[in-house]
Order: sequence, then structure tokens, then C-alpha cells
Amino acid sequence: MRKDFLSRLLRFLVWAAAIITMSLLILLVGYILINGIPHLKASLFDLNYTSDNVSMLPSIINTVLMTIISLLIAAPIGICSAIYLVEYAKRGNKLVEVVRITAETLSGIPSIVYGLFGAIFFVTVLGWGLSLLSGAFTMAIMILPLIMRTTEEALKSVPDSYREGSFGLGAGRLRTIFRVVLPSAVPGILSGVILAIGRVVGETAALMFTAGTVAKLPKSILSSTRTLSVHMYTLANEGLHVDEAYATAVVLLVIVILINGLSSLVAKRLGKGE
Amino acid sequence: MKKARETFMHILFLIAACTSILAVVLICVFLFSGGVPAMLEIGVFKFLFGTIWKPGNNLYGIFPMIIGSLYVTAGAILFGVPLGLLAAVFMARFCPKTLYRILKPAIELMAGIPSVIYGFFALVVIVPWVKNTFGGRGQSILAAALLLGFMILPTIIEVTEAAIRAVPNSYYEGGLALGASHERSVFFALLPGARSGILAGIVLGIGRAIGETMAVMMIVGNQPRIPGSILEGCRTLTTNIVMEMGYAADLHKEALIATAVVLFVFILIINLSFSALKRRGK
Repeated sequence: MRKDFLSRLLRFLVWAAAIITMSLLILLVGYILINGIPHLKASLFDLNYTSDNVSMLPSIINTVLMTIISLLIAAPIGICSAIYLVEYAKRGNKLVEVVRITAETLSGIPSIVYGLFGAIFFVTVLGWGLSLLSGAFTMAIMILPLIMRTTEEALKSVPDSYREGSFGLGAGRLRTIFRVVLPSAVPGILSGVILAIGRVVGETAALMFTAGTVAKLPKSILSSTRTLSVHMYTLANEGLHVDEAYATAVVLLVIVILINGLSSLVAKRLGKGE
Repeated sequence: MKKARETFMHILFLIAACTSILAVVLICVFLFSGGVPAMLEIGVFKFLFGTIWKPGNNLYGIFPMIIGSLYVTAGAILFGVPLGLLAAVFMARFCPKTLYRILKPAIELMAGIPSVIYGFFALVVIVPWVKNTFGGRGQSILAAALLLGFMILPTIIEVTEAAIRAVPNSYYEGGLALGASHERSVFFALLPGARSGILAGIVLGIGRAIGETMAVMMIVGNQPRIPGSILEGCRTLTTNIVMEMGYAADLHKEALIATAVVLFVFILIINLSFSALKRRGK
């Protein structure tokens, strides 16, 4: 059957939109990779940063530290609060409403506002200065709603029959949560945590005024540090090291692609388990 | 003993749940107490509608930045929404299964790429292109709008696709039964049913665009004046903060915090309309 003009036009439009979207992504990734890979050289991975070699290795290590510390803060809180929302709160609980609304608000706040808040509260009021610690706490608040939401969804997807079975065998609420519910929700929680890692790795605006821009290895948790994204921004913005900026972009992009791949791999395992 | 542990953990979970409330309260308190006094000192009207931003001369008018944010966001919507909407329709109703397995993670990757990389890409690709095609300096509202349109695509696609999938299939089947083609049924029966979900996606996209900082800062020019055309540069609320926060002091610093307050209020309004739309969708 030959379709009318409008139908063919609409079909053409949706295909075009999908192709344009994909080409934009391929253009972005391809452009960065093609221009960046030739500039990857050993001096960019020197343990000592100087303004000549603009090494990114210290920034990479800083990023790892920053990610670990902010996860140590945000993951337990986020998971525990999701447990409360799903397992403890009764339906129609006012507190749950408020927590949901605040979590939604948190996830909509732009990173620069987090940065400014961190600069006022952690850096100045608490007196931690521009430091790994200030940055990590700022990031922790930022990724909290993400971890909460994904954990909540993972817990909700555990069938109620699991809980009933456990209660029926005489287990208490706590034992049911830790022995029955949480283990089956692990893949979902994990994929959320991995997404949160991606968020920390990619963040710039919130870290510039909380963790600072010192491109060396930190001496303590109170030293100022520069994560890879901030490093990348500094290089691109100064305009003195464009080749190195391309190379740094490649490393950052590859890390982000790996993190994303890992997250969907873990989430897929959740799908299979069902 | 066992009872005590149950109660203890119950309270612990409860406290954890309250953390996000505490965080929002802290952010509000410190942002408002840092910014509102400056706003009052400068004069609320003079601050919001003053057209000159010259911290050196004690002139703090953020009207150019408000206009800048609106221009850039409107441009992003213009480019991003039609493209994102059509792509979401494709994902939900036109995409072959095998292709979907590639497209879905690709869209997720788009959402995960850091804004510095988008900004850098725009700086080396979009800005020269705008400069060569339309003239001007390249660092312009147009460049920022194009980039932001690109950056909000994954947000719009994800929310819209979910909204389209949530519409009962009977809408689509009804269309087919009345003799409409696949395309017509999707666009004229299914899409209207997903209206509030689609609007929610657009609103979320607006929030992303208005809040984006680093990528915009690299390509928008950052001149604090009301732009005359889309080929001129401008400064947005977000970039105003980042540009000067590093060295600002006293009233200047407070004026920047007040800028963040204005941004925060914009975002709150956007968020509230997003949740209202989402609730209506249900």
C-alpha cells in the first residue's frame, strides 16, 4: 500500500531526527579522538606536574580520590534513605512527600549553585578551605539524589513475595532487608553508583571554587586539588596547550565511555535476573 | 536486644532520609543570607533591571545576564526540542529492535559526556563554523544556543520516550482501526496522549540549559551587555558567577551570590512546574 504524503513526510522526519542526533554524537566523539590520540605522549602521564609538561596524571589520581571520598559519604546515606522510603515509610507519609520533593529539587539545582554553596559553607563557614574534603562534600550532596532514586527503584523492583517469604520464616525486618532485599537489589544500586561516579568525574563548575585548581598530588585531605575535568577546562581555556587539551579530552572521554558501558552492563545483569 | 537494634536502625534510616531535606535547607539558608542583603543594599529593582554591570564602579545590574540566559535558553529550545521530540518518537515507535540496542546506550552516553568536553568541542568546531558562515566573532549567542540544543537532546529524548511508552497502546490501535497509517496514528493519536510527559521533558531541558555553566562560558563571549543580535556575545547568569567568583570580594562577591539566588529562583519555578506536569501526567 502506498502511503499518503503526510505519512511519508513524518516517517522521513523521525528518521532524519534520529540520524542527525547520532551523527552529532559520532562527530563529537570522532573529532575528539582523531585530533587527540596523536597528541597522547608519555610526558602527559608524568607523576610531577609542571607548567611545561602539563601532566594529567596527578589530576587523574585526584579524580579517583575525589570520587572515592564523595561516594563514601553519599552512598551510605543515599542507600539508607532509600531503604527508609521503600521499606519503612507507610503509604501517604508526609515525610516521604517532603523527602521526594527535596530530592527532586536537589537533582535540578545547577552545578554552579552547588559550587557557590560549597564555597560559602564548606570552604568558609566550616573553614575547610579549598580542599579535597570541601569538594567531596559538595559532590556528595550533588550525587545524593541520583543514588537515592536508583536505589529506590532497585528496591521497589524486588518482588514482595521475597519479603513475605522471609517474614514467614520468622526473620525480623532488619534481617529481611539485609539478607533478602538488598542482595537482590545490588545490580540496580550498583548501576546507580556507577552513574554517580560518572557525574563526579565530569563535574567542573562545582569543584572550581570548592576543591580549587592545584594540579599536584594532595598532601592531605585538606589540600587543594584539581580533578581531570577541571584540568581539561583550564587547558582549553588558557589556550596555550591546545594539543594537550585534545589529549586530555581523549582520556576524559574514554573514562566516561567506560563508566557508562559498565553501568549499562551491570543494569543489564539486573534485567536478566528478573 | 533484638528489638533495640531494630529501633536503632529504624532511626538511622530515618535520619538518612532527612539528609536531603537538611541539604536543601542549608543551601537555601546560606544562599539567601549571602545574597539577599546585597540585593537590598544595591536595591532590588536596580539589581534586577539595572543594565550596567561594572563592579569597579559599584554598578551591579544583572538585567543583561537575565536577558542573556533567556536568549541562549530560547535558542536551545528552538534547536533541541523539535529534534529531540522527533528522535524520541523514532526511539519509541519506529526504531528496529537491533538498532535500538545501539541507540539507547548512545543516548545515555550523550547524557554522560562532561560539559567541558561539549564546551571544548563547541570551541573548536561550532565557533569557527559560526564565524565562517555568518560572520561576527564566532563566540556568540548562536554558538551557545546550538551547543545547548545539542546538550539537552538526551534529557528531552529520555523523558519524552518514556512518556510516549506510557500511553496505552489502545490509542495507537484505535488510530489504526480507523484506517490511519502507522505514522498518522503515532503522531495524531499517541502523541497527544503523552502531552504532559512531553511538556515535562521540555521543562527539564529548559532547566538544564539555563543551569549549564562551563560549556556555555567557553563559547558565549561573556560580555556583560544586552546583545544586539544573535551573532554577538553575551553573558548568562551562570557564567557571570564563574567569571568573577575567583577574585571577587565584599559587595561584589555578595552580588555574585545574589546572582545565584536569582538563578536558584528560576530553577525552583522550573522544577515546580516540572513536578506539577509529571503529576498531571499520572
